[in-house]
Order: sequence, then C-alpha cells, then structure tokens
Amino acid sequence: MTDTAIVFMILAMVIIWGGLLASVAFLIRRPELKVWPEDAPPED
Amino acid sequence: MGTPGSPVPAVETAGQPARQQWSGQFGFIISAIGSAVGLGNIWRFPGVAYENGGGAFLIPYIIALLTAGIPILFLDYAIGHRFRGGAPLALRRIKRWLESLGWFQVMICFFIGIYYAVILAWAASFFVFSFTQKWGDDTASFFLFDYLHLPDAPAGYSLQFVPGVLIPLVLIWVATIAVLAFGVAKGVERANIVFMPLLVVAFLVLVVRAVTLPGATDGLNALFTPDFSKLGSADVWIAAYSQIFFSLSIAFGIMITYASYRRRKANQTAPGLVVAFANSSFEILAGIGVFSIVGFMAHQQGTTVDQLSGLKGVSLAFITFPKVVSEMPQSWLFGALFFASLLMAGFTSLISILQVIMAGFQDKFGFSVRRSAIWVGGVMGLVSTLLFATVQGLNVLDAMDKWINEIGIVSSAIIMSVAVIWVCRRGRELSFHLSSLSTFKVKNVWLFLAGVLSPTMLVYMLVQVVISLIKEPYGGMPQWFLLIDGWGSIVLSIVGALVLTKLAWRRDPDRFEAWPLFAPNGK
Repeated sequence: MTDTAIVFMILAMVIIWGGLLASVAFLIRRPELKVWPEDAPPED
Repeated sequence: MGTPGSPVPAVETAGQPARQQWSGQFGFIISAIGSAVGLGNIWRFPGVAYENGGGAFLIPYIIALLTAGIPILFLDYAIGHRFRGGAPLALRRIKRWLESLGWFQVMICFFIGIYYAVILAWAASFFVFSFTQKWGDDTASFFLFDYLHLPDAPAGYSLQFVPGVLIPLVLIWVATIAVLAFGVAKGVERANIVFMPLLVVAFLVLVVRAVTLPGATDGLNALFTPDFSKLGSADVWIAAYSQIFFSLSIAFGIMITYASYRRRKANQTAPGLVVAFANSSFEILAGIGVFSIVGFMAHQQGTTVDQLSGLKGVSLAFITFPKVVSEMPQSWLFGALFFASLLMAGFTSLISILQVIMAGFQDKFGFSVRRSAIWVGGVMGLVSTLLFATVQGLNVLDAMDKWINEIGIVSSAIIMSVAVIWVCRRGRELSFHLSSLSTFKVKNVWLFLAGVLSPTMLVYMLVQVVISLIKEPYGGMPQWFLLIDGWGSIVLSIVGALVLTKLAWRRDPDRFEAWPLFAPNGK
C-alpha cells in the first residue's frame, strides 16, 4: 500500500472505530442518569 | 453499557394497553444497530466512497455523520420516546395533522419491505449456490438470465413466476412473521442478539482472509488514496449525506418506533452515539473487505481496479462477488460467509422495517402482536411475491427503490424536521427531553443541525434528484413504467397515508401525558 493510503486508512479507523470505542466507554461509565427529573413518570 | 433487566410486565393503565418494551438498554442498542447495519453497509458504502474521492470522501462522510446523521437520529429518538408511539401515534401527539406524516412513513416501510425481502431471497439462494459455485464462469448471465429469467423485453410487469426466487422468498416471509409474532423483546431483540454477533464474526473472518489475498493492497490503495480535487464537487457532498442518511435507518419511522419501546426513564443520546458509530464502523470494515476482494479480482485478471465495473449494489453482490469467489482458495467457504453476512444484515433490517407497520396497526386499530404480524407480514408477503418473484422482479425493484429512497425518505425527513421544529415549535421541548434523560446533553447546536442544516442539505439533494429523474428516464426504462412504478409508489404512499389517517382510532390516542413535564419559560 502507498503511504498516503495507509495514513487515510488509519485515520478512518481511528476516527470511526475510535468514536465507537469512545461512545461505548462513555455509556459504560454513565449508563443512566443518577438523578431523574423530580416528578414521577406516568405509567405506560 | 446498562445491564439488561427483566422484561417489564404488561400493565393496562387508563384504558391503554401496556406498551411493549425492550428487556433493557443493551437489547435496544443491539436491535437499533441491527436495523441500521443492512445491505447498504456492505454493498453501497465501499463503492460510493471509491467513486467519490476515496480517502478524501472520509471528510464529507464524517461531517455528514456528525451534522445530519446523529442529529436526525436524536430527533427520531426524542419523538418516539417522548410521545410513546409508532410513527403515526407519536407524530399525532405532537400535532393532530402530523399523523398523516407518520402513515406516510409507514407506507414507505411497506414499499421498502416488499422489495428488501426479495434481495434476501436472492442472498439465500446464492448462499446455497456457494457450495457448488453453481454460477459458473459467466456470473452476469447466470444471475440475470439463468436465475432471475429476466426477459429480453423492456421493463414492465409480469405474472410469470420464477420458482428459484419464489421458494426462498416465501421462506423469508415465514421467518420474518415468526420472529415478529414473538413481539419486541422475545422476537425482534432475540433475533438481533443471535444474528448480530454471528454477522460480525462471519464478516471479520471474511475480511481477515480478504486482506491476505494477492492484490488486496491494490484494492485498499484504490479505496483509501485521497483525491482532494473531488471535495469541490457538490455531488460528492450529496453522496456523503445520502450514504449516512440511508444507512442509519432514520426519518422513516424505524427509530421513532424503536425508541417508543424504551422505558420512560432511559438514556437517549449516549446509546444513540453508540448506534451511529457502530453503523459507520461496520461500513469501514465492509470497505476494507470488499476492496481487498476487488483488488484480488483485478490481480487475477491482470488489470487495475479502475478498469473494473460492477463495484456497487446488486451487481457487486450477485455478479462481481461470485466471479471473485470462484477464483479464491476455499471458494465455497467465502461465498457462504459473504451471502450469509448479507442475509443476516438484511434480515435484522427487514424485521425493523416491518415493526414500523405493525406498531402503526397495533396503536391505531388495537391489533395484537400476533394478529398484526400475521396480517402485515401476510399481505406484504403476497404483494412482494406477486411483484418480485416474477421475471420482471429486478426492474420493478430497481425503480421502486430509487423513488422510495431518494424521494420518499428524503421528503419525509424534510417535512418531519420542518414541521416539528419550525411549524409546531416543538424543538426546544424535544431538546429538553433528550437532555433531561440523557447523560450526553444536547444544546442549541442540536436544534440548529436538526432544524436548519440537515433540512437544507436534504432539500438540495431532493431538488437534484428530481431534476435528474425528470431530465432522463432512470436506467433507460420506459417512461410509462417509471410513472407507475416510481412516481406511482410515491403517490400510493400519499394516498395510503391520507386514507389510514381518516380511519377511526380504537382507543383515544390523545389520553396521554408526556414526561418529563416541559415548562417553556421555566428551567
């Protein structure tokens, strides 16, 4: 592969797969709110 | 990620039956990813990226993901979750007249569902053919004439059935109805929990083998070498916004419906980011796999990638790919892996498309889960068979797909965004809803992206498409046929939406309380 193609392939992986890993990590750390709005939700 | 909980028991309150629910956050996320990751990720993205600047395409692609894909995805989530319904019910609860937009989205799903199923039937057939390479040396001739029995006559309609398509198509519909009849948690969610990991494993095996084939690096060079001169072209930006938009399953009811099955107290935006990035991650993986294989094909033929054709869509999957597979070592295995991947990716998307229609009928007419699965699946299966299991199926599919996607879905997105945010002035309420319940807060920037930038881009895309469709007949097909099959499917969607809106609700849809309470001039 050419150097330019390698750079762009790695960039794509870092941004998109990195974005996935970062968003999964964010969700694991903060899966839900700790404090919900005060009023109780109506039943569905 | 949140721990999957146990399914919430069905409790009837205030005369309304309890809404079905996902078993937990994980069930919702994997089902939403299953819906988003479909045929387009595998056969559309690699070709679109290659044609539109290669590595440089990543720039408009990522910008489109962040400025249109994720904002409209959040808009769908907010509408479905706050207003607790499938597309017609949720939109009606925003404003009575918006119910017809919801039914328009249901009609779009009807049309997509009937032709999407036939592609899965082809994939199922080719999965079986992989074991013997039944397609032989001339794969184009095999697919078009030996398998589909495409006539020499111009595009039209026919009642001459093709048994080789009819049988797998019936099986696909039976499997789809069976999954949907088990409901959201036990049917849709479980199907995704089974098929999504299998899809990732099958595709990873395929990609790992593909990148080690001779010539694979030539394919990757073609895909990732940037051509920055293309970034000045409006067409490249339209291609990026289109790819993101069509691939994320947004603005035609799926994500509204899926979000409505979440508990009231549920994180909205953070799971949305996971879904959006997972969808794009699969596209990058597909790009690497498909272009490694394309590079191998060029190597085998002693040519270069730019001399090859059929690198996108139906021809990539059913003509180009079988040809490459025949030249690969352990060809049966890689053929089977590829077509099994198409089948699994498509199946989890098909069930999400049908769930939109079922939710519409359950909400409005009080249909039970099983009744709606049998009726919706049965009627769609019948129409799908009559239109697409015939010798003209490919032409009917091609035109309908073009109009429903590029005019139907794009119009639906523009109307939804403008009507909800500008006409009904509910943007701040939806922004409040997302931020009040989510760990990732959205602010005014989301309102700008979902309410201004996205619809502006979409209007531009729509105008360009309409002009090109009027200027020259699509695919060289006869005008009368495009009028009926293409424009006709749009007109039928509108008429169907108006008729379904007029019918009476089984239960009062307006007995409902949005939560959390929104005080426009408050907090």
